[in-house]
Amino acid sequence: MELYTLLKLIWAALLCVLLIGLGLMVGMDMGVGTLLRFVGRNDGERRTALNIIGPHWDGNQVWFILGGGAIFAAFPTLYATSFSVFYVVMILLLFSMILRPVAFEYRSKADSHLWRASWDWAFLISGFLPMFIYGAAFGNILHGVGFHFGWTGQYYQDNSFFSYLLNPFAILCGLMSVALSVYQGGIMLMLRAENPIYDRARRYAIRGGLTAAVLFSLGGFFIARMKGFVFTAPVNPAMPASPMHGQHVDMVAGGWLHNYAAHPALWLLPILGLACMIGGTQAARMNKAVLAWWIGLGSWIGTIGTVAAAMFPFFMPSTTAPDQSLTIWNSSASAYGLTCMLVVALIFVPIILCYTSWCYYVMRGKVRTADIVNDSHSY
Amino acid sequence: MDMINPTVVDLSRFQFALTALYHFMFVPLTLGLTFMLAAMETVYVVTGRKIYKDMAMFWGKLFGINFALGVATGITMEFEFGTNWSMYSRFFGDMFGTPLAIEGLMAFFMESTFVGLMFFGWDRLSKQGHLAVTYLVALGSNLSALWILIANAGMNVPHGSHFDPETMRLQFDGFVKLIFSPDAQAKFVHTSVAGYISAALLVMGVSAFYLLRGQHRQFAARSFRMAALFGIISTVAVITLGDVLGREDYMEQPTKIAAIEGLWHTSKPPYEPWILAALPDDAKQENHFEIGVPFVLTPLIAHDFNTPIIGMHELEDAAGPRIESGITAVAALHRYQETHQQADLDLFKAHEADLGFGFLATRHAPNQDVAAIPAENLQSVIAQTKPDILPNVFVTFWSFRLMVFLALYFFALFAISAYLSLKNKLERNTLILKACMWSIPLPILATEFGWITAEAGRQPWTVFNILPTFMSASSHSTSYMVFSLAGFALLYSIFIAAELYLMFKFARLGPDSHDTAHGTEDYTAQYAVAGTSHASGH
Repeated sequence: MELYTLLKLIWAALLCVLLIGLGLMVGMDMGVGTLLRFVGRNDGERRTALNIIGPHWDGNQVWFILGGGAIFAAFPTLYATSFSVFYVVMILLLFSMILRPVAFEYRSKADSHLWRASWDWAFLISGFLPMFIYGAAFGNILHGVGFHFGWTGQYYQDNSFFSYLLNPFAILCGLMSVALSVYQGGIMLMLRAENPIYDRARRYAIRGGLTAAVLFSLGGFFIARMKGFVFTAPVNPAMPASPMHGQHVDMVAGGWLHNYAAHPALWLLPILGLACMIGGTQAARMNKAVLAWWIGLGSWIGTIGTVAAAMFPFFMPSTTAPDQSLTIWNSSASAYGLTCMLVVALIFVPIILCYTSWCYYVMRGKVRTADIVNDSHSY
Repeated sequence: MDMINPTVVDLSRFQFALTALYHFMFVPLTLGLTFMLAAMETVYVVTGRKIYKDMAMFWGKLFGINFALGVATGITMEFEFGTNWSMYSRFFGDMFGTPLAIEGLMAFFMESTFVGLMFFGWDRLSKQGHLAVTYLVALGSNLSALWILIANAGMNVPHGSHFDPETMRLQFDGFVKLIFSPDAQAKFVHTSVAGYISAALLVMGVSAFYLLRGQHRQFAARSFRMAALFGIISTVAVITLGDVLGREDYMEQPTKIAAIEGLWHTSKPPYEPWILAALPDDAKQENHFEIGVPFVLTPLIAHDFNTPIIGMHELEDAAGPRIESGITAVAALHRYQETHQQADLDLFKAHEADLGFGFLATRHAPNQDVAAIPAENLQSVIAQTKPDILPNVFVTFWSFRLMVFLALYFFALFAISAYLSLKNKLERNTLILKACMWSIPLPILATEFGWITAEAGRQPWTVFNILPTFMSASSHSTSYMVFSLAGFALLYSIFIAAELYLMFKFARLGPDSHDTAHGTEDYTAQYAVAGTSHASGH
């Protein structure tokens, strides 16, 4: 294998890790945001829920920022095209994402009921909407998107954004992503809250896990019938990263299952996902919150892994110009750029993991409503 | 090549400028306040005097209100390169994305993770442990600025990359050149130190407000003194580094310098005046009136007395041959993309250095296709393209001057304030106290003008001399832009209203507001100078 191919593969794998980390960590915080109004019946309870993720949400959100940054740096053509093609959806995602930091910092800094109730709604929107769009984006990408490139490399959009919003499979994927985030948020609340928040959170976590399992299975049937994308001529993985030349692609019904047919071991990924979604709810029923939290990681690995295994090596296929579909091979950065960032990542990711774990260690333990209300530094 | 609707390009520029200027209202304060908090907490840890912990906690609260908006509006910036500048991101992402990703890994992650401990960890960490966390937040936010400005310097001086005809983009090839770009280094220090001025003046201004009202006098006087000293050092640094940056631009971006100075014709050293005020007319390419200080321009820019500074008319004339060569380059590149003939590639390689000027000319070519320019019209297309190489002179000229005038004012204000504070004559000087209070927003305004100077002066390029702005935008419809602009206007207005409400609320409440959580230790008896014990209001 050529070095350039290997670099592209490493970065595609790292991107998967980031997407899993994003789903798990940001999803957890957003799940708490979505559940805030339901697990907390009064102001003290809601503040307790907020302060459980209070010290960590900002650090967790960097998964999201880093996901965007990594796509930009490692797959610039994918970043440039996907963010523009999904413009309206991306802007909605952005609006809901920027509500959140402000809501955390501002909500409890004034006493007015209207003020706090408004920010509670902001938490609901900024928890539900981004996770929905995150999932729906995967749904749309699996379907294929309408775009092509001109000779300078400028992209042109061939579909209106309504086709991305009103698409049953995308809606299903969006709801599944929300369900997983509700599960993870509920489990996090179980870990660090006491009754009555604990009981309510447990109920929602179980519902979230089961809903995710049902939607995940339904999604499998959709994918099996859907038109997938396949190469009609051999492609050089080490090709210069340009979407304009070098690929011949066709759309084939059931095409997304070709990788599974060629490598049956890949079926372990959807099995892992489904098993974790069901097993996680069981762990929650048995009040084993720590176990359930780690099982949540398995659900995300299974989900993202299933999609990645189906699509490999496609990133964002084009329905209107299939030859210009974005793949791992044609949308990456240069070998030089990928190498530089790999060195940086190898140095800093272990450091990041160390200090993130340390922060969780320092802030460990149950959060009590009485303490929150008396602490003017809390959210 | 289909040209993107010019209205959409303008709206995309407007949206980017609006959101970047807005983001940049909060970032400078974050950069400076973190270091001031670290300094206050250091004094607390070393001396054990609780008043310094209260200072760190109180100013920390204002920091938090500001920080949240800095983080929130920063997400917008990361999105917008992709959502609105698709061609730019694809063309320059290989180089531009790298510093952004490193920023996330090295700086933003650290800052964001530790900021949680900084707010929540007071009772869970040892004194030294918490101090270390505060320093890590300060380090993280400043490293973050470093990497962002390295990326920005790449747009202005794209050293460390080459154009690749196979991928139709700039390929990254010089990590060391990118990070040690003199432009990046000077920009980083200049910008972050400008942030320290914003923070210093905020602390001074709020402290002045307390002193004027006779509240929290110990607390306010100590905060004021620290801020004044921090401010005067920062102002000296900002002016020095501004000069270094100007000299870098003079070497690398002569059009920017000529526009900043309103210099239409090459200067005549040594007499050439530095224009204090003028009314530059971009359409007629002249200044309507000029007030200048003789003999200042040449030493200011060239650091000697006899180097002529090239004027904008001369720069336009020098661009003529480059535009002609660039047209050949673009035409050859286009043919090469369609047929992959070696002859076209060779021809392109011979004219590659002028590619950007060829792109610039596409705007004046029939159907944006330079190959379709009839031979007899070539000279007229070149003549039409020449003025396009200049930025908007009026905007560049005035934003630079307003920034400089404000910096000089800060120098005077900090010098007087520091002197009065050290001599303990501050509280009698209500005029200076009022000036400090009313000047709180001015450093933020000055940094905004600095940003406008740098980025408006970079025009008409997104990647200097290579990729024109009008080619860089995403090909959206106008309705998309109206949707996003309306959303930004609404959300950002709500945010700024909420931020100002909380800032004023907590500034008015003063440093006592959080004592409830930690017991009211009456430090007035212990530390206050006799007769001025107002520090604790309980």
